Amino acid sequence: MDQPHIRNFSIIAHIDHGKSTLADRVLELTDAVADRDMREQVLDTMELERERGITIKAQAVRVLWKGHQLNLIDTPGHVDFTYEVSRSLQACEGSLLLVDAAQGIQAQTLANAYLAIENNLEIVPVANKIDLPQADPDGAAAELAQLVGDDPENVLRISAKTGVGVGEVLDAIVERIPAPSGNREAPARALIFDSSYDQYRGVVAFVRVVDGSFRTREPLRAMAQGTRFEAEELGFFAPTRQAVESLEAGEVGYVITGLKDVSKLRVGDTLTSAARPASDPLPGYKDVKPMVFAGLFPTDSDDYPELRDALEKLKLNDGALFYEPETSQALGFGFRCGFLGLLHMEIVRERLEREFDLDLLVTAPNVAYNIITPSGESVEVHNPSEMPAELERVEEPYIKASIIVPKEFVGPVMELNNERRGRFDHMEYLSETRVLLSYELPLAEIVLDYYDQLKSQTRGYASFDYDLIGFREGKLVRVDVLIAGDSVDALSLIVHRDNAYARGKALVERLRVEIPRQMFDVPVQAAIGSRVIARETIKAKRKDVLAKCYGGDITRKRKLLEKQKAGKKRMKQVGAVEVPQEAFLAVLNLDGGKR
Amino acid sequence: MTGRVEHLYVHVPFCAHRCGYCDFVTAVGRREEHAPYVEALLVELALERELLAPELKTVFVGGGTPTFTESRALARLLESLPAATEVTVEANPETVTAELGRLLRRHGVNRVSLGVQSFRPHLLRTLERRAGPDDVRRAVYHLRDASFDNISFDLIYGIPGQSASDLDRDLSEALALEPEHLSCYELEAKRGTRFTYAHGQELAAQAETMEAYYERVVETLTTASYRWYETANFCRSEARDLRARHNLAYWSGSDYLGIGLGAVSTVGGRRSRNTARLSLYTGPLMRGARPAREVEALPEAVRRRERVMLGLRLDEPLPLAGVRGALDDAALARLERGGLLTRAPADGAAVDEAISLTARGRFLAGGVAAELIA
Repeated sequence: MDQPHIRNFSIIAHIDHGKSTLADRVLELTDAVADRDMREQVLDTMELERERGITIKAQAVRVLWKGHQLNLIDTPGHVDFTYEVSRSLQACEGSLLLVDAAQGIQAQTLANAYLAIENNLEIVPVANKIDLPQADPDGAAAELAQLVGDDPENVLRISAKTGVGVGEVLDAIVERIPAPSGNREAPARALIFDSSYDQYRGVVAFVRVVDGSFRTREPLRAMAQGTRFEAEELGFFAPTRQAVESLEAGEVGYVITGLKDVSKLRVGDTLTSAARPASDPLPGYKDVKPMVFAGLFPTDSDDYPELRDALEKLKLNDGALFYEPETSQALGFGFRCGFLGLLHMEIVRERLEREFDLDLLVTAPNVAYNIITPSGESVEVHNPSEMPAELERVEEPYIKASIIVPKEFVGPVMELNNERRGRFDHMEYLSETRVLLSYELPLAEIVLDYYDQLKSQTRGYASFDYDLIGFREGKLVRVDVLIAGDSVDALSLIVHRDNAYARGKALVERLRVEIPRQMFDVPVQAAIGSRVIARETIKAKRKDVLAKCYGGDITRKRKLLEKQKAGKKRMKQVGAVEVPQEAFLAVLNLDGGKR
Repeated sequence: MTGRVEHLYVHVPFCAHRCGYCDFVTAVGRREEHAPYVEALLVELALERELLAPELKTVFVGGGTPTFTESRALARLLESLPAATEVTVEANPETVTAELGRLLRRHGVNRVSLGVQSFRPHLLRTLERRAGPDDVRRAVYHLRDASFDNISFDLIYGIPGQSASDLDRDLSEALALEPEHLSCYELEAKRGTRFTYAHGQELAAQAETMEAYYERVVETLTTASYRWYETANFCRSEARDLRARHNLAYWSGSDYLGIGLGAVSTVGGRRSRNTARLSLYTGPLMRGARPAREVEALPEAVRRRERVMLGLRLDEPLPLAGVRGALDDAALARLERGGLLTRAPADGAAVDEAISLTARGRFLAGGVAAELIA
């Protein structure tokens, strides 16, 4: 279709603000989906997404509305995927900014809205859920209008659930969002804004064609990574897959590449023709690096090969996932995995357990550290136990956090951020009652339980988003844990020097509770280097014998004994001490243990 | 009679009342069934007789409450059992009369195990026991009168509501009656009993208190010159060996024949358990056939594990000769370093070794066994 009749748009919304429902209504209204095929939330394909109510992987759907081709580009809805969101936004000319009229703008929405504004996207503000009794359409409209610098009159008021106002949304897309304006004669360029993996067809790239056109069977090249392949099939989703001969400038669709490795085709890269390449790639490509790391160990060490295979398969669908083998003296063989953030970690863990039926032990997450050695070399460390004793300084990743709260919670949130080594940046009133707080925080301070704490301090009202802003020097030390005199690598942690004593003390107290009493007294110590900073003793058991055992119950008692023995085998033997696997998670909940 | 089994257990399931904590095979009331049951027992004994050695070392009549059995049926049973060096009958105190004492004595019984449990009335009520403290004293009097010189008490500690001073009172009242033998058990919450339903949480909550109670029991009884010869069993130290020889047979891994409802036998690497349903037991025996039973094969490895588990309950060294393949040598060394056991050459054997638990090791015998078995 010619470019003046094409509109490419995305929907920016907070989780549960109705993005998927609106997408469903759009498909219905444009007859893209036959009623019998109509499932709730057509765009969310994965079972997991359905259950968690979030969208992990973006897709694009093409619909027709009053002679126009509308491409809805679905964006991931969470903080960990900011980069993917930014690429999805770059593939559009406009965005619907969808806000639940009962809840108002949330931090994440705000962050993505700013991202859209930075990308020069036309924003169409929409207040959703006006059918709810507690909805405040005027309040939401005022907030939206202030944010995008528009008149509250221009804020659309709809109910995606009942369908009220959805037609007007489609009209507004055609009227307000600009048509694409690529050069169809120029050498072909397309932005990869998402990819997935099909076990038969290989990597499938989702692209927005910016200039020129692409044809089936044409040899192509990814400009940043240099990957070459042939376009086995081009097409679009409507919402089922429809193959086409060519994709033209302005259009959105997919490319089946036949590539067997997703890491060869990264989001943000530019596709061009191998025969007639463009001279410059599209701007904005970044090699996203994992910032949060955790050890993944099979609960049953016999499952190690299954875990390895599962990670391999998962990586096919998740270019951002990083893993390398790790051997822990306490936990055996496993993998140190890198994630974009905490949600990414949770998703990977759940997929491993659900789709691959694995029982996993995930160690407390930590961030990546930059160690500057005395010789001036810089080493990235993903595991506290790798932190060398001799070092010049340590740098840790920092984030810029945006927190939106009702004004009465400003105090508690500031207190929390101060405890977490936060540096106040600024504060701004979004409305009379809602405040945006901006802080700079070490990433390490939010990877454990920050979000839980934030939610509980604000009775669930806070919304939170963050952006990485780089590495900064920190006064960090490694705290080791010794059980019965043996250092346990999987329990080491890196903390700020000022918190070391409190954290060490909390950790050994926690371990004293988590580790069952043994047949000997077991000292549990926290130490920095050779200096012990906290100590607890797990007192020895004084009785461990069955009351009676006669001829009639020898079998039963023997089976109990064998069960006790099997229980011992499931524990990790640290020196002479049996440590249950749960104890290794003690680090996770030092601050009260709500998990 | 060509067999080699020297230990016979006879189960008599009848009771006046089923106590809430009990999970033994019991049958309440049914006095009219006592005589037919005894006949069935005797048929089973005849069927299995060839397993028994010409001279038995021990016979143990347990229950249930064997002394609740209707007296003619009881007499018929006792007179039909083979003689043995030690013949024990279990009795509830309230069932012991002068006549019963004489009846037992007349039929070769030379040891009585009394189900005392406690001397404190409120605790006996909790346990749903019918006898009171006076019944115990009266029972001992009648038994001594019938010239029994080997009486054992069963005591239970850890009864919900039992204070440390209740325990002290129980122990001192028991000692005042000078029994030759004492078995002291911690009350267990056995799955599926009424008692566990009512008191399970209390029992779970008092686990740490029970450490102190157990230590108290051992300390009090050993101070009173009783020998702590098995985890839960004590006997007066005197020239006679007053250990329960029938039970010693279990703990040292000897073969035994069990007859009666739900009775277990271990003979020649095979363990079998009779059905626990009365009709399935007596029915076939009335026709001269064996009752239904479950059979469990005991491979050598399993028997070794059992020998370790049981042997570590005793105060005598466990010879390593027969169990070596079953042990984890690293654990053995670790436990020795930790002061829970010692290794020494076994008596009379210069080459082979035996292991003995230290006092602390004996309190942890279960954990030690779990760690030791490979």
